[in-house]
Amino acid sequence: MVDPRNTQAPTTVASSDPVARKRRSKMKDLRKQPGFDTMAWICLFFLYGPIVMLVVFSFNDNRSVVIWTEFSLRWYVAAFENDGIRKATLVSLQVATVSTILATTFATMAALATTRVRPFKGQTLAYAVINQPLMVPEIVTAVATLAFFGIIKQIFNINGIGFLMLAHTVFCIPFAYMPIRARLEDMNLTLEQAAADLYATPVQVFRKVTMPLMAPGIVAGGMLAFVVSLDDVIITLLVAGPGETTLPVYILGQIRRGITPEINAVSTVLLGLSVVLVSIFFLIGNKKRA
Amino acid sequence: MADLTADTGSTADRLAEARRQTEGAARHRRWQLLAPALITIGIFGLFPLTITLLYSFLSPGTYGGITWEFSTNAYVQFLFERDIFDDTLQFSSTYLSIYGRSIGLAFGATVGALIIGFPTAYFIASKPLEQRNLWLFLITVPFWVNLLVRTYAILLIIRDEGMINLSLMGLGITDKPIGMLYTDYAVFAGLIYSYLPFMVLPLYASMEKLDFRLVEAAYDLYASRFQVLRHVIIPMAKPGIVAGCILVFIPGLGAYITPELLGGGKELMIGNLIALQFSGSRNWPFGSAAALILMVVVMVSLIVYVRYSGKEGNGHG
Repeated sequence: MVDPRNTQAPTTVASSDPVARKRRSKMKDLRKQPGFDTMAWICLFFLYGPIVMLVVFSFNDNRSVVIWTEFSLRWYVAAFENDGIRKATLVSLQVATVSTILATTFATMAALATTRVRPFKGQTLAYAVINQPLMVPEIVTAVATLAFFGIIKQIFNINGIGFLMLAHTVFCIPFAYMPIRARLEDMNLTLEQAAADLYATPVQVFRKVTMPLMAPGIVAGGMLAFVVSLDDVIITLLVAGPGETTLPVYILGQIRRGITPEINAVSTVLLGLSVVLVSIFFLIGNKKRA
Repeated sequence: MADLTADTGSTADRLAEARRQTEGAARHRRWQLLAPALITIGIFGLFPLTITLLYSFLSPGTYGGITWEFSTNAYVQFLFERDIFDDTLQFSSTYLSIYGRSIGLAFGATVGALIIGFPTAYFIASKPLEQRNLWLFLITVPFWVNLLVRTYAILLIIRDEGMINLSLMGLGITDKPIGMLYTDYAVFAGLIYSYLPFMVLPLYASMEKLDFRLVEAAYDLYASRFQVLRHVIIPMAKPGIVAGCILVFIPGLGAYITPELLGGGKELMIGNLIALQFSGSRNWPFGSAAALILMVVVMVSLIVYVRYSGKEGNGHG
């Protein structure tokens, strides 16, 4: 606000102490640490370099995934016409949709019960149970679920994709819960209290006030759950029965057999879907703050 | 006077009674709302772990699964090898070394991610707000991109016919490809790549609130840049450092895809060892025991984490 040249004191200090002045000019940005910005760019390059290469060569008109010849969509066409890929995509979408709906519903209910309340008995326990799928290594969950479902299948003699959907629902709940809870914690009770003061019934308050306010959180939570379900490999690999191959598990099988640009094409589609969903998630999050 | 006190007393009583009733109803409703989530995770997430515990004390079935016969063989097998001729137990480090390797690789990846992630997080935190959001978005996107797809991307680059080797040969630096794939280094790099965002995000969260006036004060007191980093920035970012390290170490320890694709299944990590027991070599009790031992290692790391972060919270209020 005040130009330092117009005030007497700083000028005299600066001119009388050339060392200090030199120091100050050298450290124009006090926040900077040497080499840190270089490292940040390296980090970004490291994260995106391989992904960009993968995407670029999915559009290559050649069997090679390293030597560029010409732009082409042939590998996308090949992937689309591949029955295995189509079937796996369908299974992936079915499992992700069902488990997202279940997980988001359960997570919304749990978030309503655990936020904006005074600390209650069993709260820590409830948090611990909800976050349990995040704390146990995925491979352990996978083999434990495999063993458990094995017993159920043997006793009740039932099979089907429902088991896979249930397994996905379990690890989707904490992911759906986090953004919903965050959203609810940002809302204060005044609007709901005002509605109640104006003789709205509890059901009306919930439908007309609470629900619209928490909707962005629910959408965000649902999207995270969907992405997490869509991306899962380890649990699906062990739990899925015959004919329940999801897209990532199919891709893993293909990579083991040998590398083709077709894998690049499918991977790019999967990648694009995640990026779109996460971008929407981010936009919702930023709007909330604005 | 007496009437009045009696009256207020009864009003207070009625109020207390009413509050107790609403609280009771609220408690009832709360657990009703929590029930679906808790029951689903309880039955399909927690309960299966107890089955793993049970299985680890049974005998393996011939074609996978188990036979109902008590045995501690799974745990004995972990440390000893039974001599086929005289049936004596001899100490064997096969499985212990797989755990050692995994812990070493996960720890190395944690340190590597910290070295890359710390400057990055600090760089982001020192940016103006709009730029921060963009950078955060850029760091978060790979976090949600399929781990398998990202590992495949690394594989494409480092294999013998990959980008790096072709460039090196094209430049005449080497005349034959450097075998990078299927080595510990490949797994190490893959682990850092996979879990780097897990490091940056909590680090950023702790640095976002950093008060740069303290940095300024330190400079005014003639601290060098390194001293500022060592005595001001790092201590304030400590909760983020601890959280980031845990978030990289734990999934790194149980990694399955990275060693499977980049280690070629030759050099096993714990995750592959466990999966193998349930598919290929079919020893469910041993696989269960191996899974539980992994759980114990993870729990110990988590307890260390809670201790650390707890202390941090008390120390700085």
